[in-house]
Amino acid sequence: MFAKRSVIGLYTDEEAAASALDALREAGYDQGEYEVLTGTPYPEGTFGEEEPKHTLYRWPLIGAACGFIVGLVLTSGTQLAYPLVTGGKPVLSIPPMTIIMYEGTMLGAIIFTVIGILIESRLPRLFMGAYDERITEGYIGVTVTTSEERVGTAEEVLNASGAEEVKRGWENN
Amino acid sequence: MQDHIQLDQKQINDDLLAGVLGMPKWWLPAVLFLTLVVFAGLGSFGYMMNKGLGVTGLNRPVMWGFFIVNFVFWIGISHAGIMISAILRLTQAEWRRPVTRAAEVMTVFSLMAALHTPLFHVGRPWREMWVFPYDFARGVWPNVRSPFVWDPSAVGTYLIASSLFVFIALIPDLAVIRDRAVNPLVKKIYGTMCLGWRGTPRQWKLQAVAGILLSALVLPVFVSVHSIVSWDFAVLIGVEGWHSTIFAPYFIIGAIHSGVSAVAMLMALSVWLWGLDKYLRPDHFDAIGRLLIVVATTWFFFFFLEWVFALYTLEGVEISLRELQVFQWPYGMLFLIFLATAFFIPVPMWMFKSVRRSAFWMFFTTLLVNVGMWLERFLIIIPGLVRRQPFTFDWGTYHPSIIEILIVAETFAFVALGMLLFSKFFPLIPIFDIKEGMVVRDEIKIGRRIVPATIRE
Repeated sequence: MFAKRSVIGLYTDEEAAASALDALREAGYDQGEYEVLTGTPYPEGTFGEEEPKHTLYRWPLIGAACGFIVGLVLTSGTQLAYPLVTGGKPVLSIPPMTIIMYEGTMLGAIIFTVIGILIESRLPRLFMGAYDERITEGYIGVTVTTSEERVGTAEEVLNASGAEEVKRGWENN
Repeated sequence: MQDHIQLDQKQINDDLLAGVLGMPKWWLPAVLFLTLVVFAGLGSFGYMMNKGLGVTGLNRPVMWGFFIVNFVFWIGISHAGIMISAILRLTQAEWRRPVTRAAEVMTVFSLMAALHTPLFHVGRPWREMWVFPYDFARGVWPNVRSPFVWDPSAVGTYLIASSLFVFIALIPDLAVIRDRAVNPLVKKIYGTMCLGWRGTPRQWKLQAVAGILLSALVLPVFVSVHSIVSWDFAVLIGVEGWHSTIFAPYFIIGAIHSGVSAVAMLMALSVWLWGLDKYLRPDHFDAIGRLLIVVATTWFFFFFLEWVFALYTLEGVEISLRELQVFQWPYGMLFLIFLATAFFIPVPMWMFKSVRRSAFWMFFTTLLVNVGMWLERFLIIIPGLVRRQPFTFDWGTYHPSIIEILIVAETFAFVALGMLLFSKFFPLIPIFDIKEGMVVRDEIKIGRRIVPATIRE
């Protein structure tokens, strides 16, 4: 794997951070090479970034299907394995089965949604790369993660676009 | 919301993490006291296990006493988190921001309290494992037709869902603590817990979608939980007074009534104990007060219908149960207290703006509601079982023993202790939500007046 380096520029206002992103695009950096880091959610496109695409809505559907199947197998399987005939009625009692299958469906949907949220958010992230603790205090960080040869240019672009401070971090070797 | 203070992000961090990175003077004595009560309750439970259920007031015909009353009460309180968090999130109610976390956390701890109450109730708690389908060699499987198998499946689902809901919404705030912590070990622990959160637009977008998606998924679970708890009663053949078909919605609205009241109590406590008056403004109390008027009135309508359905049939057993609830000592007196505290004192008081905007009065009135709602469950369960059956050998009454009282006290101390411990390690108000609220707020000029406004996409 080639060495990747990252650099972060810290900005105090949204407009400066947006300009830094414009400058990075003009300097030939790809969408995947730069990111904005903030301590608070901003409306989409505040910094001129592209709208993030995700497939989170599929996760609960897959989870619900899995949960329903588990619920069905569990309720019918346990009744068939230990049949209790009550009043001559069928062994498989549908109304109570629907209760447990319903809970299984919802539980599956919720667990898969949470897994989906983490995976789609690219979490857990083992290497923080260039980061600054002041981001959670209101600073806006613009990070560039790129090859070692191009990180110097990125640093210059960030400085030129009015970064209050620019510092390096490392991604992986 | 007109009442608003604009704060910068650093100030918000300082205020909302004061209890996490520091320690209020009252915190340790309060934790020690509550731990003592919890141990007293657990000690009583140990004694009860050793001596048997004979040390409680439970005896034929009243085999469901304080433990089950308390179980239903805590399940009710647990509906606060979802009512406040999910519904207000879905409807994008701006006043939800400082309230959601505490409500969700209360849901988790009250569900834990509710879940361990049946452990006490059954007397032989090790047999509770039988509700789980395990041990393939045993050949005995749980009977899914029993409501006592439905309960753990519903409450367990709700507990897992609520815990995951709290965790997902906590991740950005864990990152704030990671960045603010001085001790390297503490930094590492929070760094691990926040999973390397950085605050990219993608992460924020998913956080927003997650809030809505999880709210929408937890809501049907919330409805099912109290419905199933009501079916514990409604499907029981032996007690005629519990056969009402209105029980499920009646229980749900009762749960929302007590749960939202508990959130209002928590808001007042947050102002007094943690000094969060900059975040929980009179406008927030006003909003929850208005919500409570609607909830309480709806609850009262269902309560009224339940009585109409019971009396309209003119069946002897129903009439005698209602007669017992209203006219016989001590239930008659408890019935009056229940009606006064759950509806007739608080609701007229909430009509006054000065009451709704006061932390003290909201705390007082919502405390009354919860006293009333505990009594409501007591008055459903105990008179239903005490009612005299045709066989005179089965006549009896119920007096809770000190063991039961201590165990009930344990559940209250457990929830309070859980909340206090949580507040020591995590912020009780969602930091990122408050910050977002500050970003999207502005002031607009209309004619000669400048009014605060919230800008939303």
